[in-house]
Order: sequence, then structure tokens, then C-alpha cells
Amino acid sequence: MAANRVGLFLVFILFLFSFLVQPSSGDTLESTADNTEKEHSVSGALREVKAGGDDLNERQWQSTDVGMDEGDVTKDNEFFRPATAKDQFQEELVIRPLHSGDIYASFQFRTLWDTDFLQEGKKVSHYRLFPKSLGQVLSKFSVQELHISFTQGFWRTMQWGQPFIPSPPGAELWVWFHHTVSDVDGNWKELTNVLSGIFCASLNFIDSTNTVQPSASFKPLGVGNASDHRFLRYATLPREIVCTENLTPWKKLLPCGSKAGLAVLMKSEKLFHSSFHSQSVHIRPVCQDVQCTNTAWELRQNLNVVFDLYTSGQGKKEWSLFKMFSRTLTEACPLASSSKVYVDITDNPEGEMFDLSPATPLLSQAVVLGDRRTYSVYDLTKAETFGQTRSLNLLLRWKEDSGDMLRPLLHAERYVAGFGLQTGEIHTVIYNNHPYRAFPVLLLDSVPWYLRMYIHTLKVTSKFRDNKPSYTHYQPSKDRQRPHLLEMLIQLPPHSMTEVTVQFERALLKWTEYTPDPNHGFYVGSSVISALVPSMVAMDTNFTQQQPLFSSFFPVKEESSYFMRVYTEPLLVNLPTPDFSMPYNVICLTCTVVAVGYGSFYNLLTRTFQVDEPSPPLAKRLANIIRRIRGVPLLI
Amino acid sequence: MGLLSDPNRRKALTNLLTRLNTPICMVCYLAAIVWFMGLAFEPFTLRTYMSENAMGSTMVEERFPSGERALSTAREFDGHKKKAGGMPVEWLVKTMQARGLEVFTQSFSRTLPFPDENKERYMVRGTNVYGILRAPRAPRTEALVISAPCSPGNSNNQAVGLLLGLAHYFRNQVYWAKDIIFLVNEHDLIGMQAWLEGYHHTNITGIEYSPLQGRAGSIQAALSLELSSDVITSLDLILEGLNGQLPNLDLANLFYAFCQKLGVLCTIQGKLQRNDWDSAEGYTHAAQTMMLMVLKQASGHSWGDHGLFLRYHIEAASIRGINSFRHYKTDATTIGRLLEGMIRKLNNLLERLHQSYFFYLLPSLSRFVSIGYYMPAFGLLAVILLLRALDLWVNLGTPALAEDGVSEVEQASSLGVLSVLTPVVISHLTGVALYLCPVQMQEMAVEHFPVSETEAVVLTAIAIYTAGLALPHNTQRLLSGDGTELGWRVLKLTALLYLAVLLGCTALINFSLGFILAITLVPIAACVTPYMSKAWGVLAMVLLSPCFTILYSVFIYQELIEAPVTITEGWMLYLSVISQGVLDHDLYGSLVYPLLALFIYPCWLMFWNVLFWK
Repeated sequence: MAANRVGLFLVFILFLFSFLVQPSSGDTLESTADNTEKEHSVSGALREVKAGGDDLNERQWQSTDVGMDEGDVTKDNEFFRPATAKDQFQEELVIRPLHSGDIYASFQFRTLWDTDFLQEGKKVSHYRLFPKSLGQVLSKFSVQELHISFTQGFWRTMQWGQPFIPSPPGAELWVWFHHTVSDVDGNWKELTNVLSGIFCASLNFIDSTNTVQPSASFKPLGVGNASDHRFLRYATLPREIVCTENLTPWKKLLPCGSKAGLAVLMKSEKLFHSSFHSQSVHIRPVCQDVQCTNTAWELRQNLNVVFDLYTSGQGKKEWSLFKMFSRTLTEACPLASSSKVYVDITDNPEGEMFDLSPATPLLSQAVVLGDRRTYSVYDLTKAETFGQTRSLNLLLRWKEDSGDMLRPLLHAERYVAGFGLQTGEIHTVIYNNHPYRAFPVLLLDSVPWYLRMYIHTLKVTSKFRDNKPSYTHYQPSKDRQRPHLLEMLIQLPPHSMTEVTVQFERALLKWTEYTPDPNHGFYVGSSVISALVPSMVAMDTNFTQQQPLFSSFFPVKEESSYFMRVYTEPLLVNLPTPDFSMPYNVICLTCTVVAVGYGSFYNLLTRTFQVDEPSPPLAKRLANIIRRIRGVPLLI
Repeated sequence: MGLLSDPNRRKALTNLLTRLNTPICMVCYLAAIVWFMGLAFEPFTLRTYMSENAMGSTMVEERFPSGERALSTAREFDGHKKKAGGMPVEWLVKTMQARGLEVFTQSFSRTLPFPDENKERYMVRGTNVYGILRAPRAPRTEALVISAPCSPGNSNNQAVGLLLGLAHYFRNQVYWAKDIIFLVNEHDLIGMQAWLEGYHHTNITGIEYSPLQGRAGSIQAALSLELSSDVITSLDLILEGLNGQLPNLDLANLFYAFCQKLGVLCTIQGKLQRNDWDSAEGYTHAAQTMMLMVLKQASGHSWGDHGLFLRYHIEAASIRGINSFRHYKTDATTIGRLLEGMIRKLNNLLERLHQSYFFYLLPSLSRFVSIGYYMPAFGLLAVILLLRALDLWVNLGTPALAEDGVSEVEQASSLGVLSVLTPVVISHLTGVALYLCPVQMQEMAVEHFPVSETEAVVLTAIAIYTAGLALPHNTQRLLSGDGTELGWRVLKLTALLYLAVLLGCTALINFSLGFILAITLVPIAACVTPYMSKAWGVLAMVLLSPCFTILYSVFIYQELIEAPVTITEGWMLYLSVISQGVLDHDLYGSLVYPLLALFIYPCWLMFWNVLFWK
């Protein structure tokens, strides 16, 4: 796959080269417009490449020469960067040894393309690094921003801390449409069906009954200051199961596929032998330059895996790339402008927690999720990274284990209280573990219509006191049409537990509305908590070691708080379920009751009873006839 | 129904029913008893079978290896328990954490309404420790529970040891689809009640508990383990839960299937299965097993820690290891494997257990009597009440026409309403007194009489019960004038229909209780008239009153579990059963005591009124 692409790009570059070296061969405009001639010259170029031999290095230098001619390429590792299609691809893998002894591996792939799908009258048809399947979808449905994630498992905040990109169990999709779209619902419906095909997932089950338009919780992450939530659609499918069939189409979106670069590590038998698996695609417009005159499209593909120490380690607390992925790294993706592996060594400055080999001199510091972290960096584009064995197999040996629970600053959980099949109560508990800072959070709850929420019972309590939300957006459900949507801005007092409770009644569904396994229960998606959390860096007391004193009196703005999104667990709620195993019996019984019971009771209740006279004997009747004729009283 | 709309044929039918009323009733009563006893006869029962596909076809392989280690953990637990003088919370938390579980604790406290003399507790304070094994790639929506009680003394150490052993083994497996909660509860049922109420965030019994920190979604099934010896001869399955609720029969089938597979002797009601159904002994054995189940179910008591789960629609059973004098012993590894197999199959469940029966009786573990088979026995008894009511109704209607005293009848019926209503209201007030006074007035009783609180409660209850018997005379005095002939008939008709409705509802929820009450109450309800010989009437009524029914049940139960008691021991046992019933109601919300006090006893008093009608 990767080799093919390399070949194609070479063809394209040589094609350009042929233009440059023969400027007098005719009118340039004409020749680009003329398709046949273009194809001709392409095939001509192809022949040239074939004749050029197989040495990749030579070709690379060749193309670099072309680039030098154009005077466009500045970095020496971007061999393939042509003049017209300004796109680039980066890949990185972050490995974080978790507090619990597990290992968190997060892959990030970023494709950046300086083009605009949504521009009027301009049809983008030539794709290089950006996947065409997605590009076409974006332009067809005028998508401004698209975020989709598939997750199997639940992120254990108490043990693992915060993930880089959070996602709820199951599938989640949220899309901002361009403000020119007139029929948002129609586009959304089609888009979900198309995405369902692209990702081999049941996204086609997204319909009006599980789609909401949050007013505040999901703001656009890219440029374009859209804030009218009419153009936003948000839906989750908590029941979606993620497996290899979803991974394969996801991998195909990568320029190198799974043939080269970091993606070689993604073997499904290992990725799905983990405690947590999440893959996502995020597309958004970003600025091309500082002035932000033009936008570029950014495609981020993200894959998070947490490997379990116990089940795979067999007691040995030792980790390596080979153990985790049954592969080692041998090369970067040739199309990538940067390819790096980061290992989080913040908790391990003196090597007391674990040993990391091979050691690397490269260190990098970054403030991630409000915490200053230190990383060892392995640059895959450099040959010395791979050493003499020509492969990189990171090895991590734990020295001690610590299974204590973490106390993340923001943490939430949710459960259904009560018993019986009539009513219940949803409890959402949000913890603020910051010792002295209060901060607001946005809570988004989308509950299916068949849980009829009694919104008058909504109660928010912190520290046993009523906590009135400063902003509430509630959209009641309509049976079989749309779900409940509840958004609230709640101020969390410092070091507190805030409990949001609301009672609900379980609806009795029509018999065709039950799923094939009604006794399993019905899912309610995770609630979403978005917050600006005060940073750990601001809590840091011994910052003087790293920074000069004059820089650290006021907390720096960017570091003083950071955005965080927390998803609670989905709920499994049992609804009153008829016994489907005996529909025949039920039909028979009902018919019998109606026919026999109701019919005859109705008869008995409405009929008036009279004792009928015994008919008089014949002689008497004859006598009466004669008497009537005579006009004398009749015999009784 | 054409039969009823035709007055002539209706008259013929009612004539037939009134004329043959007594014989039909007697036949029905005998038929009910015969039918019920026939339920234990093997050819009349069905063989149990696994209905749930997810548990049937998917066989699992049991590999739990470390029974010996579990036993050494048990000894360690014993040591720490003795040192801590109760639940060794810290040790348990540390041990569970070392096994890779998420560990949480819950403290609770409860003051009993009066001291429980059986278990010697009054102010109960304790801590539950539970660890959650998170299933990989599962979204915390479903869970299974394995629990073991932390009991005082030397009992149940092995259960806790095995629980921890299983936790260690399960943690290293990859196939879990549901989270597994390992719970060690203190003070058996009280701790379990606190934990369940905490988990579901309800408070129905007024217990004080600290809120739970960790949860794992909706619990699908639970197993409670009781094991007090290193090796066992057999495993006993306990199904009867609070208010006579039973878990889905598939849970019993699952246990039986694994006992067969691993060659472990299994019993129910502590009785082994016999193969000689055609011999008299074989039949008696099956009948005894079934009778034990009926008695246990009727008591409404939770016979194991599992019983409290059933309220929350969680299928649960207790498994108790029994070590008797047989030679063939089963070791802890095999029990561990059995549990592993059961849990793994429950883990395979796609839906809650719902395929099999929820209403059944078990004459043995491999045979069951479903609701369709046992309900006719109760139906035959209920029919007697309806037939007698019909007879009275017809008699009430016909003499008025025959005596052609139209005005007199009208007067009498208007009087009748009052004369019927008064005894009904007074009986029920007595019932309310019986329900409220024993617990409310215990302090006063203790002050004035040299008895303990528990005795005070029980004796107050018996005193109020007995005092109620004196009421008819006072009731009569309240009314102006004598009770008429019509009066007692209307009262008896009301009482008959009332009893029929009461027993019918009870039997739908708890067949055993309904049936036992029906067996004793129906004869007196059918026969009682003011014209009976007073002495015999009183004797029969008292001997068949609910109070004596409990007494008989106690003696029969002791006889059936092969621990016969003398009269005095029986009497002491009887007193403790009553106090247990009151406690069950107060602590866990059992409904048998209020049912008896507020409904059945007043209903019986109404018949008592009929007997003393003047």
C-alpha cells in the first residue's frame, strides 16, 4: 500500500518536472486542461520511473532536486512535498506507564491539508495524503467539523488518571455542519448512514430518538466561530461493540496503512487483548498560518489502548513493544514529516519506578492536562534510533508496584437507584477533589424517551446543601421522536461531592419496539461533563527549581486552567418486559377472556329479564277471541 | 353464560350447588390434600432442564488450581479476625488490593427494635468490604456478586479464603464480560441489607450506612458462599429468600449441572436425592424434602445471605458446604472449580436469567413442580370458600321471598350493614394493635414484668392475640339490640369472600404461605355457625387459628429436619420464631408478620364473631 503511494507520488512529481524542464512545449493552461494530454504525459512519466531503477534513495534525491528547483521545500526530511498540494502527515506514539502498573499507549496521526472542501464552486478531486473517502463526505454534506469515536471499555479515571482524548463507551458522533446547510437533519441522517458504511459500524441506528443539539457542551474545536447550535448534532450509541471490523477501515485512512511507520504495531489480536480500546477520527478546519487568512483541514486519527499488567504479564512486571504489540518498530512511515515515540518518565526522574531501555538523550517537556510532564523522545526518522539491531523495541521494567487509587481533580460516576420496574432515580455524582478551588462544570445528559424523567424532581446538592445551577437548558422528550436533553452549568465547591438526581418512570414499550434481547436491559448513554479545571501546575509549590523567580509569581494564564471532558459510565436499565416466550398463550387467553367473559357479562348486565307468561291453552285462546268479538272482558 | 341468563336453569344450578354444597366442599378439601401430597410423587413431576441457551450449550473448562492456597488464606483470615475481634477490615482491603481489585468499604450501624436473643445482638455496627474485579473492555454496566459472610467464631473462614482465592485466579483471566464483585459482609443479613441498600441507594428499613464509592452497574446474579471446613462431603443449595421469593430455576439447574459434572454430592434442604421413587421410603423422602421447602418458603424468612438480593430482581442462591461423617470428601479446589464454572456460565449470560420458572417447588434437585401443577391444590381449597359464599348468598336471597315479609327484610338489611361493619372494624383495630403494640410497648412491659425485651415483645403479642378472643362479647354490647339471623350470615359471607381474596393474593406471591393458611383456615371458615356446639366450636377454632398454625409448623419442621424437640423446647422455639418474624419485618421488610397481624388474624376474628353471634 505504502509502496504504491510512493510510486504514485513519484509519478506526479516527475510529471511536474517535465513541465519545468520543457517550458516551451506549449501553453501550460491548455495542457493542464486537456485531460488526454495529461494522461499521456503521466504515462510517459511512469515509463521514466520504471526506467529509473529501483533505488529509492536515488529517487528521493531526484525529487528533492525538483523541490529545490521550485524553491519551496525547506525541511530536509520532507522529500516528497510537492508545490501544489500542501499537505503533511505526522505520527506519534505516546506511552505512559500508569499509576496502577498498566500501560497506556496512545497513537496520534495527523494529516494537514491546505485546501478547502467547502469553498463555493471549487471541487476538490485530487487527494494525496488525505483520505478521499472522508474528503468526499465532508464536501458532500458540508461538514464543518466531525468527531467520531469508537470505544470498547470504560476509562478508569481513578486508576489511570486522565486520557489525552476522552471518549464514552460505545460510539460517539458529533458534527458541526456548515452554516449554509439548509436541511441539517437530512444531511445528518445521510451522513450517519455513509459513515456507518465507511467505519463498518451501526451508526445508521442514529436517528431522531438519540440525536440531540447541545447548546453549550460541544463547541467547535477548529476555526470558524460557529455558535448556533442548530448546526450541531450529537449522538451516542452506548451499545456499539468495537472490534477488528472497525479497526481495519480506520487503519485504511492512514497514508501508510498498516504497512509502515507506527501503524505496524496495530495488530488487532493484541489491540483487543487489552483493558481499554478506543479509536477516533477528528476532522476540523485549522489556520494555515499566523494571520489565519486561509484554513487548512486537519484530520486527527487517535487510538488509545491500555494494556493490563496482570492478565498479559503473567506475573512478570515487564513491558516491551514486542510484548504489547507483538511487533517492533523498524522504520517511520516514509510519508510522514515527523514520526516520534514519547515515553512519559515524569514519575520516574531517578529511575526508581521503572527501567527504560534503550535510553535516549532526547527529552521533551509539555504541559498536558494541566500537569507538567517529561517525555523521552525517540525520533523514528533518525537511523540511530534503531541502533544496531535496526529495530526499536522499547523495554520497560517495573521496580515497584503501587495500586493505590488516584484522586483526579474532576471525577464523575453515575448509577440507577431504586428497585422494581416502575420508577427509578438516576444519580450523577461529580467529585471536585481540588483542595481550595471551586470551578464550574457543564453537565450534559441525554436520556432516551422511554425513561420518562420527572424533571420537577431534579435536585443538585453539594455538601448536603442545595446547589442551584446557573444555567439550565432542558428539552423534554417526545415519545418515539426525541430524547430528553438536559444541560446544566453547576458550580462545584472545592473538595466536594455534588450529586445530581432525577427520578424517572419506565415506559411500557409497544411490543415491536423491544430489542431482540429485552431482558438484557436498555442502555442510557454516558453523561458528559465538560469543565475548565484548575491546573496542577498552579498547585505546584516547588516551581522555583525549574523557573526563574520573576516568571512565576502570577499563575500563567494558559497554565492556570485547562479544558477537560469526563464521561460517566452508561446505564443499563431494565424496562417492564412481557414474557415473549408465550405470545400464542397470551393471544389465546386474551381472546377467550374477551369472547366468553366480557361478552356474557355484558349480556347479563344490559339485558332485562322478564318472566314470560306461559301461553294459555288453545281452548282459552279461542274463548278469548270470541269474547273480544262480543266485547266482554277477556279471560285471564 | 347462557346458563346464567336463563332463570330456570340458573335456579336448577344454584339448587344443585346448595343441595350438594357440603359434600362438594368435603371432596374439594380432600382432593386438595391428595393433590398436594401427590406433587412429591416422581412420575407426576417434571425433570429439571436448563432453559437458558447461553448457559446450556457453552460448556466451560474449570481450571481453578489453588484450593490449598485458599485454605491457607482462610487460616490467615482467621488469625486476623481473632486479632481484630471482628471484621479485619485493613487486612481484607490490603489482601484484595494485592489481588488487583478495586477495593471499597462500607460502614453501617443498626439498632434493633429489641435484642435478638438468637444471635445476641442489639446495637449492630459493622463494615462491609468489597472488591470489584473490572472486566476488560466492559463499560461497567453489568456485574456478578460472590459474597461470603464474616461470621463470629470459627465459621465461614474457608468461605472467605476461597473467595479471595477465586478473586486472585479470576483476575488473571481475560474472558470476563461482566464486572465481578467480591463481597465480605459482616453481621450476615444486616450487613447484606446495608450493602444492597447502599448499592441501590434506597432506604426501606431505616438502616444507617455510609454511601458506596464504587459500583459496577446492574447486578445480574449473585452467589453466597458458606463454608466452615477444609473438606466437605456435600454442598447444600439454599434458594428460599425473603417473603418466599425464589431465584430463577435455571440457577438451581446450573448448580446441579456442575455438581454432576464434578462429581460433588449435592443436596437441597440438606436431603440427598434418592433413586427409589417407587418405594414408600423414596416417596416419603421426596415428600419430606418438598414439605421442608414449603415450610421454609412460608416463613418468609431469608434462609441465606442471598435472600435479600431477590427483592432487587437479582437471581441469587446460597451454597453451603456440609461436612458429615461420610468417607467421600471433596476438597477446596473442587469447590473452587464448581464456583468458577458457575460464575463463568453466568458471565456468558446475554440477558438476565428469565427463561426458566420463578415459581416452583423442588421435591429433589433433579425434579421440580411448576406453578401450573401446584396451583390446583390451592385452587381446590379456594373453591370451598367460594362455594360456601354462594350457598350463603343464595340462602340470603331466597327466604325473603318465601316468608313474604318484604318490609322486615329491608329493615333487617339496613341494620345488617351496621352490625356487620362493627365487628369488621373492631377486628381490624385489634389487628393494628397486634401489629403495633408489641414493639412500641416493650419498655412498659419490661418495667412492669420481670422479663427481657424479647420476651416482652413476644408475650405482648400473645397477650393481645388472646385478648382479641374476648372481643365478640364486647362487640355485641356495642350494638343496640341482638344480632339478627341475617346479621351473622352477612358477616360470614363478607368474611368468606375476604378470606378468599386474602388467601388468593397471598398464594400468588408465596404459594406455601397461602396453602398452609388455607389448609387450616378453610375448614373453620366453611363450618362455623352460631348454632354449633360452643365448646367444640371454640376448641376447633382456637386449634386452627393462625397462632397454632405457627406452632404446628415449628414442630413439623423440627420433625422433618430430624431434630425432634420436646414440648418445652418447642415452646421456646415457638417464642423465638415469633420474635424472629417481628425482627425480619423490621430489619429486612419481611411481610409475613404484618400480613398475619393486619389481615389474617382480623379475618379469623370475624369468624370468631360469627361463632359467638347472638
